Amino acid sequence: MEEKLMRIQRDVLLQIEQVDNMKDLENIRVQVLGKKGELTSLLRTMGSLSFEERPLIGKIANEVREIINQKIEEAKSSISIKQQELDLINEKIDVTIPGNFIALGHRHPLMQVKRRLEDLFLSMGFDVVEGPEIDTVGNNFDDLNAPEDHPSRDKTDTFYITENLLLRTQTSPVQIRTMKSRKPPIRIVSAGRTFRFDDVDDTHSPMFHQMECLVVDKGVTMANLKDSIDKFVKVLFGENMKTRFRPHNFPFTEPSAEVDVSCLKCMGTGCDACNFTGWSMELLGCGMVHPNVLRNCGIDPDVYSGYAFGMGIDRVTMVKYGLSDIRLLFDNDIRFLEQF
Amino acid sequence: MLIPINWLKEYVDIEDLSVRKLSDGLTMSGSHVDSIISLNKGIRKVVVGKILSLTSHMDADNLRIAQVDVGSKVVQIVTGALNIKSDDLVPIALDGAFLPGNRIINDTVIRGKASQGMMCSYEELGVEDKLVPKESKNGILILPTEFELGKDINEVLGFQGSILDIEITFNRPDCLSILGIARESAATFEKKFSFPKIEILKAEDEIGQYLKEVRIDSPDLCTRYYAKVIKDVKIGPSPLWLQRKIMDAGMRPVNNIVDATNYVMIEMGQPLHAFDLEKMQDRKVIVRAARDGETILTLDKEIRLLSSDMCVIADQENAQCIGGVMGGYESEITENTQLIIMECANFNSKSIRFTSKKLGLRSEASSRNEKSLSPQNVSYANERVCQIIEQIGAGTIVNGHYDVGVTDFIEKTVMMRPYKCDELLGIRIDTDKKLKILNSLEIESRMEGEVIVSTIPHFRPDIEQEADLIEEVGRIFGFERIQPQVLKGNILKGTRSDLGNLEENIKSYLSGIGFCEITTYSFISPKKYAMLNIPQDSLLNRDIRIINPLGEDFSSMRTTLMPGVMDVVAKNTNCGNKTGRLYEVGNIFRSEVIPVIDLPQEICTLSMAMYGDTDYYQMKGVADNIFRQYQIEVEYLSVNDNPSFHPGRTAGIYHNDICLGIMGEIHPAVTKKFDIREKVYIAELNVEKILSLQITDRKYVEIPKFPSITRDMALVIADEFEVGEVIKEIDGRNYEFLEKVKFFDMYKGKGIEEGFKSLAFSFVFRSKNRTLNDEEINQIFNNIVRDLKKRFNAHLR
Repeated sequence: MEEKLMRIQRDVLLQIEQVDNMKDLENIRVQVLGKKGELTSLLRTMGSLSFEERPLIGKIANEVREIINQKIEEAKSSISIKQQELDLINEKIDVTIPGNFIALGHRHPLMQVKRRLEDLFLSMGFDVVEGPEIDTVGNNFDDLNAPEDHPSRDKTDTFYITENLLLRTQTSPVQIRTMKSRKPPIRIVSAGRTFRFDDVDDTHSPMFHQMECLVVDKGVTMANLKDSIDKFVKVLFGENMKTRFRPHNFPFTEPSAEVDVSCLKCMGTGCDACNFTGWSMELLGCGMVHPNVLRNCGIDPDVYSGYAFGMGIDRVTMVKYGLSDIRLLFDNDIRFLEQF
Repeated sequence: MLIPINWLKEYVDIEDLSVRKLSDGLTMSGSHVDSIISLNKGIRKVVVGKILSLTSHMDADNLRIAQVDVGSKVVQIVTGALNIKSDDLVPIALDGAFLPGNRIINDTVIRGKASQGMMCSYEELGVEDKLVPKESKNGILILPTEFELGKDINEVLGFQGSILDIEITFNRPDCLSILGIARESAATFEKKFSFPKIEILKAEDEIGQYLKEVRIDSPDLCTRYYAKVIKDVKIGPSPLWLQRKIMDAGMRPVNNIVDATNYVMIEMGQPLHAFDLEKMQDRKVIVRAARDGETILTLDKEIRLLSSDMCVIADQENAQCIGGVMGGYESEITENTQLIIMECANFNSKSIRFTSKKLGLRSEASSRNEKSLSPQNVSYANERVCQIIEQIGAGTIVNGHYDVGVTDFIEKTVMMRPYKCDELLGIRIDTDKKLKILNSLEIESRMEGEVIVSTIPHFRPDIEQEADLIEEVGRIFGFERIQPQVLKGNILKGTRSDLGNLEENIKSYLSGIGFCEITTYSFISPKKYAMLNIPQDSLLNRDIRIINPLGEDFSSMRTTLMPGVMDVVAKNTNCGNKTGRLYEVGNIFRSEVIPVIDLPQEICTLSMAMYGDTDYYQMKGVADNIFRQYQIEVEYLSVNDNPSFHPGRTAGIYHNDICLGIMGEIHPAVTKKFDIREKVYIAELNVEKILSLQITDRKYVEIPKFPSITRDMALVIADEFEVGEVIKEIDGRNYEFLEKVKFFDMYKGKGIEEGFKSLAFSFVFRSKNRTLNDEEINQIFNNIVRDLKKRFNAHLR
């Protein structure tokens, strides 16, 4: 009996060693350990053994069963590892085939620049404020100290809805709206659509976009204005960018200046794009809020002062992305929009 | 404003400054130099020659042979020029000469005759066509003055040095002059400025003998009128130095009198006008408003229709000039003119601007007169032009003048607190320095106690208050010397408006699912409403119009974003972009009252469009997610009467009674009008309503602990019923344990009776407290089937 058991163990272990798949392994298990299996059948004949032999053989039989079971488990795990390795090889794909197309959306480049500018000033403590596209002559001109005979008021410069309503020619009326509705300290940035009577060409569009900042507080100086603009230009165009404050005239600021930045092509060394001056002209206009404007909004210019500056977003966008034709921005060709 | 540097040097000592330094300095003190134009045109070996004889060329009818004395020798030149004659002085390009445009002239043979060089025109010498005097146009430049033969033409014509092209700001019409820029240069570089000495050497007779009366009938249109009379006038070309000076400043020489007036206008910034005194009936000058309907034939031989807001210079009967804008043809100076009135006046700038715009007449004179010029300059300029006329021998000045209108001038003083100046600029500047700067600009300033008191010169009406003086000090001191300083004060926290944040969120969402943002004009063609089949009585047709649009295509403030979006779809389908997912966020314009009186409503609106490889349900899914994100419950109600949209594929989007927008397939008739062959789906939503309805407050709801049981149902129902109705019916009954009902399929065709359809729903049941068993779910499910049968006569498939 004992011999028979040992032979089964030896034979089975040998078979297990040679097995290389789960199915055969299972067959072996059923053949040996199944209800009608070799070992099971042999154990059924234990009744014919003597009383003394039974526990002895029983023990051996259990050990044999254990060993076989253990070997089967081991073989199982080694087969499954081999199988997995095989599967991995069979499952190889061509990873260079292009991925499935999933449409990617794009923000309009103008809106990307607008957002970026707004975010920059948000981080500097400016509130983002909106104003209407149709505004009053009062907000767009009168309260901004535009002389009554200023050519910008003409019907050949400004679109009118009525004698008193117009399409705002600048974002500056938002300054008036803000100063009339809030008390200093004021720090706002406002960007949006503006309109001027310009025929469409490479660099002009009757609708364009401006961004404008206004600060009103006690003790605001032109030195502060220069600092804010320097910082902003560096964030927008890079640390190497220099600025130049050139005296100018705007009705709503006094003193006023235009700001030139280093020529973006040569970075200030001089080239044909900048007429060898090293400067890109007129990135933005700025100045100290005109005392008349403060007075018009009920703010005492002897107590408060302020600065304001503004620029064309379209121009910045064109410079930033290297566009030479403003019409691209309003054509909305998907092949254009997808580039940004 | 073109400023020839050599001319500038006559009034300010800037010999030691390089052109670059002058240009940079002026730019940084406020006179922005746009460009520097070099007068050096690279001309070499071109000299003055005198035509000794002209004979015809035997072998060519249109050529002549000239013998020309060029000082050192006589050369033979074959020429086709017609405007030359013997004794004329002309520029001769000698053998080996360089001309502008890389042209080299060599000795040659023309039709068998030797030609040793070329006679030159102004154009060939690189002078712009529009500056060439009439007598030299289309021909050889004939020098009007004697010059040494053989003299280098560069010297003769002053082709050396540079011209500054300076941008003059609106507030500084005084700088539309050489003298104005000379003053600025003097202040900028701390140099001495000298005003030209004005004197007339010999005057004869008395003005009253020639001109009986000068009066202003419309003082609102003309503040001051200063008249002189010049007799024994000999009209002819002016001397070359005068011609060349005004040419360099951008004006074409006409004749000695006109050139003299232009010379003074460029020098002093004050326009003048000379006209024939003998053409003035009764020898009177009356400055009055034009009569409505009055006409005048102007210098350019156009008949101009005038109106009562325009100023004319008239005689007893007729208007002879449009004051400050253009002279009349009748009183124009001609070769025969002997007696002239020299007019110098200060006009109402607004009326001039109006007049020149209305008549489409813009001249160097009107562009200056339409700004606030100094009324005091009028007398200086008129005396100065008489001096020039005397100097060039163009006539004899008559003693005396008429000076009518406002002649009393009140001196204006403005005060500046030195500390206020430092405070605003953010830099400390010595008071002495401030005084020095102001005085260098001829703003006479002195300390009185603690303040600087400045007397404002007549040519600076722009200086009205303290801030204006601060600007003067700042710009001459130099903005570049102000050190940047960080903004002080309470650090405020920047915020975006709720609407701005919502817009940003929606844009991020749409970008994330493949939509491209577009930007279209706020004004559109009103024809677009008709292209969208919008009915006449629709709110969308009550649009706000621009009274002075660039053209009809840009005249209507959009009442919907759809026209712009459809145009963009059309453009993209036409250029072969096969699919498109587009959106715009922008304002639409609405007013209760048309024509509009008060500020209209501007409503922030989102318009989304899809075409190519898509359908209604994709568009709806995109819209659904917006409402899901902001937790707004909406229902889609079928719309079959909006003519822009497909009657069977369009829905209004509602939250209770509030309409949030519309979505659907664009009506095929409309896409056809836009020349689009694809189906287009558009959803237009009111962003402000989304803002007001959105639920931003989120509260945690416990994640279910017990499993759910799902049952599917295939329901056969008559075609007339919509899925939305079925779901609404089920939702309305609040069945116990029913967590969610979801539609997932619709089938029509084989196996389903005509006029019916099969709808597949999936029902999810769950209890918060325990695991449900099949029996209780079967019970509820049967109830649902029973109720649907009752309501819709529907049955299980």
